[in-house]
Amino acid sequence: MSQPDFSHDGIRTARGTAFRYLFMLCALLSILTTVAIVATLLIDAIDFFATVSPVEFLTGTRWSPTNDPVAFGVLPLISGTLIITLGSALVALPIGLLTAIYLSEYASERRRAYLKPALEVLAGVPTVVYGYFALVYVTPALDTILPLSTFNALSASIMVGIMIIPMVSSISEDAMSAVPDSLRQASYGLGATKFTVSTSVVVPAALSGIISSFILALSRAIGETMIVAIAAGQTPRMVDLTDPAGMFLDSIQPMTSAMVQIGTGDIVGQGAAYKSLFAVGLTLFVITFVMNLVSELVASRYREVYR
Amino acid sequence: MTNRQMTSSETEQTDDQQPNPTPGTDSLADRGTDIGVETSSRDDPATVADRTIIESRDLDVYYGDDQALNGISMEIPEQQVTALIGPSGCGKSTFLRSINRMNDLIDIARVDGELFFREKNVYDDDVDPVALRRRIGMVFQSPNPFPKSIYDNVAYGLRVQGQDDNLDEKVHTALERAALLDEVEDQLDSSGLDLSGGQQQRLCIARAIAPDPEVILMDEPASALDPVATSKIEDLIEDLAEEYTVIIVTHNMQQAARISDKTAVFLTGGNLVEFDDTTKIFENPESDRVEDYITGKFG
Ligand SMILES: Nc1ncnc2c1ncn2[C@@H]1O[C@H](COP(=O)(O)OP(=O)(O)OP(=O)(O)O)[C@@H](O)[C@H]1O
Ligand SMILES: [Mg+2]
Repeated sequence: MSQPDFSHDGIRTARGTAFRYLFMLCALLSILTTVAIVATLLIDAIDFFATVSPVEFLTGTRWSPTNDPVAFGVLPLISGTLIITLGSALVALPIGLLTAIYLSEYASERRRAYLKPALEVLAGVPTVVYGYFALVYVTPALDTILPLSTFNALSASIMVGIMIIPMVSSISEDAMSAVPDSLRQASYGLGATKFTVSTSVVVPAALSGIISSFILALSRAIGETMIVAIAAGQTPRMVDLTDPAGMFLDSIQPMTSAMVQIGTGDIVGQGAAYKSLFAVGLTLFVITFVMNLVSELVASRYREVYR
Repeated sequence: MTNRQMTSSETEQTDDQQPNPTPGTDSLADRGTDIGVETSSRDDPATVADRTIIESRDLDVYYGDDQALNGISMEIPEQQVTALIGPSGCGKSTFLRSINRMNDLIDIARVDGELFFREKNVYDDDVDPVALRRRIGMVFQSPNPFPKSIYDNVAYGLRVQGQDDNLDEKVHTALERAALLDEVEDQLDSSGLDLSGGQQQRLCIARAIAPDPEVILMDEPASALDPVATSKIEDLIEDLAEEYTVIIVTHNMQQAARISDKTAVFLTGGNLVEFDDTTKIFENPESDRVEDYITGKFG
């Protein structure tokens, strides 16, 4: 009786190895790109910090990279970003969450079938369109009831909010749909209304997903550039968090649009003004990176609390 | 509302002296436990002997175009254990869910005919299923505790129903009745999901009985459990029947024979073939098909 032949097939093995390296190369390529980007950011930022001390940069309250007297305090830009984030959160978190609850708990199969794709379309609108929409329609409309400047934080943050609604609603809705139906049944069986089932069972069980949808959407808002560059103006100023009117009604400048201004303006040479672009970019990167980390942490920490 | 608190003797008297609330004239919009039916609960077994609490008349249930129940008429006695048995797909769960209107949650389900809970047709337009379900508890096939603490699981129904006075006491009583208190007394704050399967199911029973419903529906409550946990649940069901009306679906003939007073045999096509005292069904059924089913000749 002859033994079965299990010996290696040279061609098959070689092909397997080739594919393995091809896939690895592709994975490496994107990692390398990321590393390269972070490295350039770092190198140029370090260059910048040779002329302007990090302390001055991080604590200064005036941002004026080109006009004398020049000042490189990033706080006005951070406060601008904060306003946009706050405003868009006020719009997107409640609306996104309620939309998710509606889609997951209230909408009929049929309605969900066309509402979900409709929301995804919202996510596909180029942000430059949102930007001009804010400038050309939202601001004039709001101007009839509020003393708005032409460029203002309000319309920009509303538009950023609308832009991130689909992120909140679709990630939250996924989390809620993953809540086992048996939990809803248990709640209904105890005489709960649909509202109680949604708020006391579904939302708590899906909380980790909901919170990570919030964080991801907000870090998207922080990084949003086009809308704010077009509609929020270019006035780097420290906003007074205790004065909501002043915060929203006038022009501001978040980090992203300050970077656009520096990058597209006619700054000559490689001076501090130009290099500040990278310092601001690095700051922005650190902030969104931390937020994404937190979101990952929340998601993995509280994942699958049921079953 | 107040009549739920009445003692047995008062109930018997007032039944004669006072005109009963006319079914249908009460406001059923409120989310109380009043669904506009006369109430007389917690009487001692002697006085309720063979009093009907739930009666279905010609009940048909359809899922889309498929008929799952076909003209079911039966009278379920109060404070006894009624077992529903029959082969898979014959409509036992469907019947159970039509009692507390859980079928309302299934889009394609449609119910024809009548189902009375204490002489009130629960399919009348003025019945709020939410109020109905507050008087009929339910335990499901596989344990489904909420991802909350043991305490919050048991307290859930009480809170939902606004019975949140003396919460601690009620939670303890429910756990005790469900024969779980001893095992979990010093871990009430830990998650209900950390318990074993059998403990989880007793937690679900505690959760169902905490708001003090009149009827408890159980859909194969022990099918996911090992023999030891199963026998615990069975003992528990017998205890519960002293105070509650229990309607239980089971695939386990011995279980039905052991714990139930009445047995209903459903056979394929959603037909109720025989409904009688459990001893009669198991010893001397009228129908040959029931005999065949029980002796395992088909099913
Ligand atoms: N949600 C539903 N949608 C559509 N059809 C259903 C649904 N639930 C049950 N059915 C159908 O109704 C019939 C009765 O089902 P039911 O679950 O009541 O049977 P059962 O006696 O409880 O069975 P089992 O012993 O397997 O639990 C079956 O033919 C089933 O396919
Ligand atoms: Mg079933």
